[in-house]
Amino acid sequence: MPESIPENSVGLVKPQTAHFAQPLALDCGRTLAAYDLIYETYGKLNADGSNALLICHALSGDHHAAGYHSMLDRKPGWWENYIGPGKPIDTNQFFVVSLNNLGGCKGSTGPTSLDPKTGKAYGPDFPIITVRDWVESQVLLGERLGIKQWAAVIGGSLGGMQSLQWSIQYPDKLRHCVVIAAASKLSAQNIAFNEVARQAMLRDPEFHEGRYYEHNTVPKRGLMLARMLGHITYLSDDAMRAKFGRELREGKLNFGFDAAEFQVESYLRYQGESFVDRFDANTYLLMTKALDYFDPASDYEDDLAKALAPAKAQFLVCSFTSDWRFAPARSREIVHALQQNRLAVSYAEIEAHQGHDAFLIKIPHYIAAFSAYMQRIAKEINA
Amino acid sequence: MSPNHLRTDLELLSNWIQPSSHVLDLGCGDGTLLEHLRQQRQVTGYGLEIDPENVTRCIAAGVNVIQRDLDEGLSDFKDNAFDYVMMTQTLQAIRCPDQLLPEMLRIGREGIVTFPNFGHWLARLQLLRGRMPVSRALPYQWYDTPNIHHCTLRDFEALCQKLNIQILECMVVDPEHKSSWGMRTFPNLLGEIAVYRIQRCLET
Repeated sequence: MPESIPENSVGLVKPQTAHFAQPLALDCGRTLAAYDLIYETYGKLNADGSNALLICHALSGDHHAAGYHSMLDRKPGWWENYIGPGKPIDTNQFFVVSLNNLGGCKGSTGPTSLDPKTGKAYGPDFPIITVRDWVESQVLLGERLGIKQWAAVIGGSLGGMQSLQWSIQYPDKLRHCVVIAAASKLSAQNIAFNEVARQAMLRDPEFHEGRYYEHNTVPKRGLMLARMLGHITYLSDDAMRAKFGRELREGKLNFGFDAAEFQVESYLRYQGESFVDRFDANTYLLMTKALDYFDPASDYEDDLAKALAPAKAQFLVCSFTSDWRFAPARSREIVHALQQNRLAVSYAEIEAHQGHDAFLIKIPHYIAAFSAYMQRIAKEINA
Repeated sequence: MSPNHLRTDLELLSNWIQPSSHVLDLGCGDGTLLEHLRQQRQVTGYGLEIDPENVTRCIAAGVNVIQRDLDEGLSDFKDNAFDYVMMTQTLQAIRCPDQLLPEMLRIGREGIVTFPNFGHWLARLQLLRGRMPVSRALPYQWYDTPNIHHCTLRDFEALCQKLNIQILECMVVDPEHKSSWGMRTFPNLLGEIAVYRIQRCLET
């Protein structure tokens, strides 16, 4: 817990919920009759509404991007390193909106919410949500908050896919698009990792075809395994070596299978176990599907440049050299497609050993490039 | 460097750029040239740059910069994507200039190349004295230079001929921006910095 709130933090924040009673037609053909979106805001919206930024979260992220909910919180929001007074996303200059996406498990309508038709949790009956659906719902949230055009839509990883989709789907509703450690589609390897994660959950005896809430249980082992697998892919070989090496917890081998002997085992088990307490398996399944399905070029003969033809925003694209989950080559494909459309784009390929997780971590070149870009946006609106 | 104090070769070659062109600047540094061309010539385009600090400077200046190592080639740019592909004071640091030059002219209608002339008399004199040249245009010691492919004007022109590249224009200047009768008459001896405008030879 923080003894005192650091000066460069947005401090204590309170999430808010917006209820939408208008049905939302989804990509999968189904409709959500009504839904809630939980969100947080940091900073103040200026008089002409020109300083609003939308933050899109990644696979296991949520609306709590910065600050603390209470003085008892062990950790601040997931992007505390980048959002706050004087930080790259400077809350003295910008009005920042961060929401939990549809299908989430942190307060927006998702599998854990009650289905008004049955009075029970949606569970596996919650429709599959796509990145396009998320953008649709985010547009409605923006309208609710009185934002006609975002100064920028910003996201890392799956969040970067959302910002990219924004630029295609609503080109007039954003001036800048920041795409960090993302890809325009998953590779077969990416999908393969997601499939193993899904199978771990689906085959857990406690899964009960997704109706585990009704059995007062959770597919703990499956969700834990899925998260452990995910963590391996978020770190680089180098980062794991640097962090854990072959270090043994008790300094000796125990010649058994039960205890976590190597530090890396202990780390993965801890990450997996703590994830079970804060995340829902059905949501995790949905998020991995949203990742797998995202491929804006698929409607344009697999030509990403054609898919991006409607875009009008200016772009910042960042990747990290050791990220093998969403490698720099994937970001270069995006840059290449933007450049073919003669769109304004800057691309920083940041030297970092931390792997995919680098987008959350303070890295000097990343901070410098990201800040420089955000300052440019601030200058445009005289913030 | 402010646009008012442009590097000598930059000011000269910007006169060769048609207004509203689409350009690519290979090794764009802090974006000075692109910013100048945007203001003076209303050009659009991108700079490629490898140095992280320069990339940040470009972003801050509002110059479209793509972080990239030129030695990886330009294969992901399409044919004739640009009106001009420029490369100022970078040729001598490229691993394969003989591969990059044709690539420049594949993706651009015209190329503009500047480099320090290794045939300048001061360089020749220092070599005669048995030492590697160090000068205003070649400020590095042999052991810390990023420059791995020095050439003279004649070397460059011979390579162009071999690669079927047509030289449209050539200028030589000193680092102060100036040209002179002497330089124009004996460019390979008196010119410190070479500025070339090139294009693909039409197939015959």
